[in-house]
Amino acid sequence: MGIPKIEIIEKYCKGCSICVEFCPTQVLQMDGFVARVVKPEACIKCMQCELRCPDFAIKVYPE
Amino acid sequence: MAFDYEKYIRPGKLPHIWCPGCGHGIVMKGLIRAIDKCGLSKNRTAIISGIGCASRLPGYVDFNTVHTAHGRAAAFATGMKMADPGLTVLCVGGDGDGVAIGGNHFIHACRRNIDITYIIMNNHIYGMTGGQFSPCTPTDGFASTTPYGNPDPVFDIAKLAIGAGATFVARTTAYHANQIDKMIVEGIQHKGFSVIEILDCCPTSYGRRNKFRSVVEMMKQHKELAVPVTAAAKMTPEDLQGKIITGILHQEEKPEYCEQYARLIDKVQAQTAGKG
Ligand SMILES: Cc1ncc(C[n+]2csc(CCOP(=O)(O)OP(=O)(O)O)c2C)c(N)n1
Ligand code: SF4
Ligand code: SF4
Ligand code: SF4
Ligand SMILES: [Mg+2]
Repeated sequence: MGIPKIEIIEKYCKGCSICVEFCPTQVLQMDGFVARVVKPEACIKCMQCELRCPDFAIKVYPE
Repeated sequence: MAFDYEKYIRPGKLPHIWCPGCGHGIVMKGLIRAIDKCGLSKNRTAIISGIGCASRLPGYVDFNTVHTAHGRAAAFATGMKMADPGLTVLCVGGDGDGVAIGGNHFIHACRRNIDITYIIMNNHIYGMTGGQFSPCTPTDGFASTTPYGNPDPVFDIAKLAIGAGATFVARTTAYHANQIDKMIVEGIQHKGFSVIEILDCCPTSYGRRNKFRSVVEMMKQHKELAVPVTAAAKMTPEDLQGKIITGILHQEEKPEYCEQYARLIDKVQAQTAGKG
């Protein structure tokens, strides 16, 4: 089980920070008005960020 | 595996028009996952809405969709279902659309128990038109039209639907995103009128006026207040004060309207056969 691929589609992200705030392991961080992946190795593949993003802007590929 | 939502989104429609953090996007994703789980065909599924931010949802999804008049989704949907009972018919819309201007259509669709699934995105406000209060704005809550606090009592949409005769009623929240598709699947599979109330977030027109610093705070409140229906059954009414009971709140079997209507047609045709 490797590190999952987490994709943020910047042109869809509106910077609400829902994904950042509810990630249980602080994988994501806000960079101004865009979410960024900062610690992919900590991802537990819970998919909460992908489920809650209102803007179809984050995808998690757990392999 | 990342879910392929774009399979069900009309090409070129994203990003959508909703504000940053608006919960309607979370509900739209749940609806798409539910339709995918049910294996419904695009051509045999109809999604109907009225007017409002929530009611813009059908414009994004690649099914047979109708964006009707304010509050009239249930009326149009009833006509479509009667004309083609094999069609899977869903209504989507807001609290204002569904239980303010559309309240009459809503309760009568419940009463008829027609096989339609009605998803109501309750963000406690008229989001689209600048934050006027709705029948679901909390008492003492602030809206552009209740600048001193709302004196009105609140509609409990789920109780209203049960009282009016809906045979499947469930509730969840935008925070509980993984429950949204589950509840909608159950609603679609139920034969009869199904209501799924989703407590939603409008950070722009409701949140800002009601001291929520962000949509995250609004969703944290959903998390804190939610009580699953099984746990609620063991709690006292005092303990449940102010809580949000989630899950399937009501389900029963009752005659479905299109079937009753078909039976009536058969009966009258048999009575009048040969008399023409
Ligand atoms: C007959 C009529 N009256 C009033 C309006 C103005 N109007 C448009 S949307 C809306 C309220 C929508 O509120 P809701 O259904 O809760 O949706 P939200 O925007 O909160 O998602 C109103 C009053 C209208 N479009 N048509
Ligand atoms: S899948 Fe879970 S752990 Fe991984 S980034 Fe998303 S919320 Fe964080
Ligand atoms: S939840 Fe979606 S839109 Fe909001 S910050 Fe994260 S990726 Fe961007
Ligand atoms: S005004 Fe409210 S309901 Fe409308 S899109 Fe913005 S956040 Fe959503
Ligand atoms: Mg509303």
